[in-house]
Amino acid sequence: MKPIEVISLSKSYGKVEAVKSVSFEVERGTIFGLIGPDGAGKTTIFRMLTTLLTPDSGEARVEGMDILKDYRAIRAHVGYMPGRFSLYQDLSIEENLNFFASLFQVSVEENMHLVEPIYKQIEPFKKRRAGKLSGGMKQKLALCCAMIHKPTVVFLDEPTTGVDAVSRSEFWDMLAQLRDSGITIVVSTPYMDEASRCDKIAFMKEGTILTTGTPNEILSAYGKRLFAMESENMYLSLQQLQADERVDLCYSFGSTIHFTLRDGVQAEKNWAEIQPQIEDCYIALSR
Amino acid sequence: MTDEKIISVRELTKQFGDFTAVDHISFDVYKGEIFGFLGANGAGKTTAMRMLCGLSYPTSGSGVVAGFDVYRQAEQIKRHIGYMPQKFALYEDLTVAENMELYGGIYGMSRKVIRDRIDELLAKLDFESERNTLTGELPLGWKQKLSFTVASIHKPDIIFLDEPTGGVDPLTRRKFWELIFETAYEGTTVFVTTHYMDEAEYCNRLSMMVDGRIKALGSPKQLKEQFNAPDMDMVFRILARGAKRGD
Repeated sequence: MKPIEVISLSKSYGKVEAVKSVSFEVERGTIFGLIGPDGAGKTTIFRMLTTLLTPDSGEARVEGMDILKDYRAIRAHVGYMPGRFSLYQDLSIEENLNFFASLFQVSVEENMHLVEPIYKQIEPFKKRRAGKLSGGMKQKLALCCAMIHKPTVVFLDEPTTGVDAVSRSEFWDMLAQLRDSGITIVVSTPYMDEASRCDKIAFMKEGTILTTGTPNEILSAYGKRLFAMESENMYLSLQQLQADERVDLCYSFGSTIHFTLRDGVQAEKNWAEIQPQIEDCYIALSR
Repeated sequence: MTDEKIISVRELTKQFGDFTAVDHISFDVYKGEIFGFLGANGAGKTTAMRMLCGLSYPTSGSGVVAGFDVYRQAEQIKRHIGYMPQKFALYEDLTVAENMELYGGIYGMSRKVIRDRIDELLAKLDFESERNTLTGELPLGWKQKLSFTVASIHKPDIIFLDEPTGGVDPLTRRKFWELIFETAYEGTTVFVTTHYMDEAEYCNRLSMMVDGRIKALGSPKQLKEQFNAPDMDMVFRILARGAKRGD
C-alpha cells in the first residue's frame, strides 16, 4: 500500500477550476514536492488530502483510507502545516506544543524524540508567545506542532515562502532528517531551486500536473538544445534575441540569457550549449 | 545609468527603544540604476526603505531622496517616488482604468493628464482589452504588472519595489523583470528587494544588509569576485551566515 494515492481528483470554486483531474502516488519515506506558482492548485490538493475540503470528483487514499469515508481516521494519522501561520499567537511556544499534543491525546514527552532536533533550536525561547517569534522560529514551531502526534504522513504547504535563502536551506535539512526516519512528506513550494531537495516532484500550473518524476528524470527529458549567452546589457540583448527569427524561447537566467532554437535551425559555432536546470524544464513545459 | 545621485544616504540610523534596526548605513544610488536591496529576514531592509520613502523619520544620520531631505521634506519625497508594496494593494472592485485614475488623482495630476497617461500605459502594456476589467479578476502576473504601472503613473524619479515577484511562475517573473529593465532604460531609478538570488544578478549594483548594517555593496560581478563565489546565492549565504538576528 502506498501512503498516498490520488486518482483524477478535481475541485472547482464556482467557475474557477482549481484542480483538474490530478493523479499521483507517493512512496513511503520519500519527499514529494508539488512545485508551481500561486493559483496552481497546490493548497486545494493539500486541503482535500487532509480532509478539510471535499473533491467534486475523483478519489484519493491516505494510508489506505478514503478521504471521504475515513476522514476522521485520516486526521489522526496526518500532520498538516498550512501556508498561513495558524498557531495561537497568544500562547507561548511550550503552550502551543502542549495544546496540539492534547488535541491528539498524546503527551509531549512520549513523542519529543521525533521533534527534538527542531525543538532544541527554539527551546531557549519556550516561554515566548508565538506572535512574538521571528519567521524562521514560527516555521520551526509549526513543524513541531504538526509532528507531535507522530503522524506517518505530513503535508507542508509552502513552508519556505518568504523565508530567506539560508533559513530555507536549513529547513530542507530538517525535512531530509524526518524523511530518513521513515516519514512520508508532501511539500509544496514556488521556489524551483528547492526541487532538487525532493525525491520526486510534480510540476503544477493552473490546476493541472505538467509532469512528474525524479528531478533527474525531468532534467533528462528536456529534449531540446539549450544555449547560454553572457550579456552586459540584459535589456538590449533580450530584445535582440527576441527579434531573431531563429530563436524559439529566450529569457534571462541569473547573469546570463538562456535560449532555444526553432526546429531545423543550425546553431552558430560560438554559441555555448549548456545543460538545463529544473527551472528551464518548468519554463519549457509551462509556456 | 548616469553619475547623477538620486539617493544619497550617510550614517542613516533608526532605533526602536534600545534596538538598532538600521545601524549607520551609507550608500548612493544613481539615476537610471537598478539597485538591489538585499538581506536576510530581519536585517532591517523594510525599516530602511520606509525612511527612504518618507514614511518614517531616522533617529540620526542624513538622507536625500530625489533631491529632498528625509527629515524636512518627507511629503515632497512621497510625491516624487512610486512604491509597489509586497502585498497587492489596489482596489479589487475597481476596474483597471479606475485604479489608475484614482492613484493619478491622489498624486494631484489633472484629469486630462491622467486620461492621456492611462491610454499611454495601457497601450504600452498591451492591456487595452482589460481597461474595464475588475482588478480582482486579473491573474496574479497581471495584477503585479498593474501594480507596477500604477506606482509609475505620476512619472516618479524612483520606483521602490518590495519583493515584487513573489508567487508567480518563472516565465511571468521574467516578463516582469523585462518591464523593470525597460523602465530603468528610460531613466527611472528602480530600488528593489527580492528573495530570488537569480534576480539579484539583474541589478546594476546591490547592497547586502546583515543585522542592520550594509556588509557588502557593488555590482553582482564585483561581489562574486570579492567573495570568490560562483553566483549571488553563494555570496548571500556567506554574508547571511554571520547574522545574529531573525525577523
